[in-house]
Amino acid sequence: MNVKLLNIKSIFGVAFFSLALLLTGCDSETNTENVEDAIEDLIEEDDELGNDFSKSKQVFYSLPSPIETAMLMKRAGAKYNEDYLNSIDKLSDYSTTKSMSLNLGVYSADLSFSSMFDQSQASIKYLAATKKMAEALGILNAVDKSTIKRMESNVNNRDSLMEIISETFMNSNSFLKENDRAEVAAMILLGGWIEGLYVATQIAKTTSSNKELVERIVDQRLSLNTLASLLGEYKDDENIAELITELSSIQAVFDKIEVSSSKIEVVSSSDSKVTTLKTSTKTTITDEIFEELCDKVETFRNNIVK
Amino acid sequence: MKNIYKYVIILLVLTFVVPTESQAQCKNFAKKVCKLKLLPFVHDGIYNATILSEGETAELFKTFYSGQEYRISICGAEELPPVQFQVLDADRNVLYDNMNEDYSPSWDFKLEASQQLIISIQVLTSDELNDDILSGCVSVLVGFMNVEDSFDQY
Repeated sequence: MNVKLLNIKSIFGVAFFSLALLLTGCDSETNTENVEDAIEDLIEEDDELGNDFSKSKQVFYSLPSPIETAMLMKRAGAKYNEDYLNSIDKLSDYSTTKSMSLNLGVYSADLSFSSMFDQSQASIKYLAATKKMAEALGILNAVDKSTIKRMESNVNNRDSLMEIISETFMNSNSFLKENDRAEVAAMILLGGWIEGLYVATQIAKTTSSNKELVERIVDQRLSLNTLASLLGEYKDDENIAELITELSSIQAVFDKIEVSSSKIEVVSSSDSKVTTLKTSTKTTITDEIFEELCDKVETFRNNIVK
Repeated sequence: MKNIYKYVIILLVLTFVVPTESQAQCKNFAKKVCKLKLLPFVHDGIYNATILSEGETAELFKTFYSGQEYRISICGAEELPPVQFQVLDADRNVLYDNMNEDYSPSWDFKLEASQQLIISIQVLTSDELNDDILSGCVSVLVGFMNVEDSFDQY
């Protein structure tokens, strides 16, 4: 972030200085001192830039994308149930930037979830919903029209569809960041994250052997930390500030879960190129805390989709 | 006077258009060049790419899940010196450093327990004497192996 600012600042500096030279050039004899002052100012500013340059470090926060969440849930034994997904009948209710951004994330998660479970009809519906939300937010141009066509013609091919969703998500995310709408990108990510967590908790509540799924849900405490850091970057935005406050109630429940971990041991395999990070983690979550977590997530998510 | 307007327009174009154009090129670079290096892993859909100069660093915070196989792929523009990347745990202990593997651009790993890890990258400083500081696009992409049924199903 600093670097981008530095680039713009230095270009501004050069532009301003060149402009000053051009303008003062019309009256050069009387303005020699001014030009010298401008040069001195620029040198001073350069020193300052030099200091910033050595300190600058860009930080990115990466949340699990809807595709990753859907895949984790499927691998953890989740079963598809469309009742948990957001109805597309509510599409027209979303008219503010906040509600459209959050629900684009929600519908993206629902699209990923339905395509991960080979639900073609549902995938077509959620594809239409995400397209409409993206259009309303003015980011449809980030997605090639040919991509939409490819999606529509590959709706029965899960691998292709996942690949196209991944590509589309990547394009939308970068488009927003490049156009100084990073807070919109953050809200889309939050919408996708909460929908994934909501669907997972609903399925876990109604599944008797849900150990793996509950572990995945508890793992989301790690992503919530990342999410909080990401949102914290835009806390001056009114919408984001509200969401940070609302999210803190979920954070408070996650904090009640007891987690102990051993130090990570790095083990390289001689026969495969895959390294294993060995560690043991013990997590204790009572039924009461799990219930409370499910309730908080449901309230937060229902507030978004209402 | 006409010339002055011409220069002002050129300067404004340089000021506002060039940085946006560079970022757009950076995105295309990540999409067209770097994403292919993740194969056969599926890209997680998150785009992390930016323009870095020699000596500059960036960090990516991400949660990685147990039982899942991942590939981290670092990709720098051709004109840049090698990019060093380290993977750190939450206490900033170094788990992997590509300097020990001749600045390998990717690392495949899996975890026994879910962790938040930090991917720290730094563009090395060029050995060649040069008046200009080299800068270019660097991307950090993460992919996961889409293998189903690797957990015990209930």
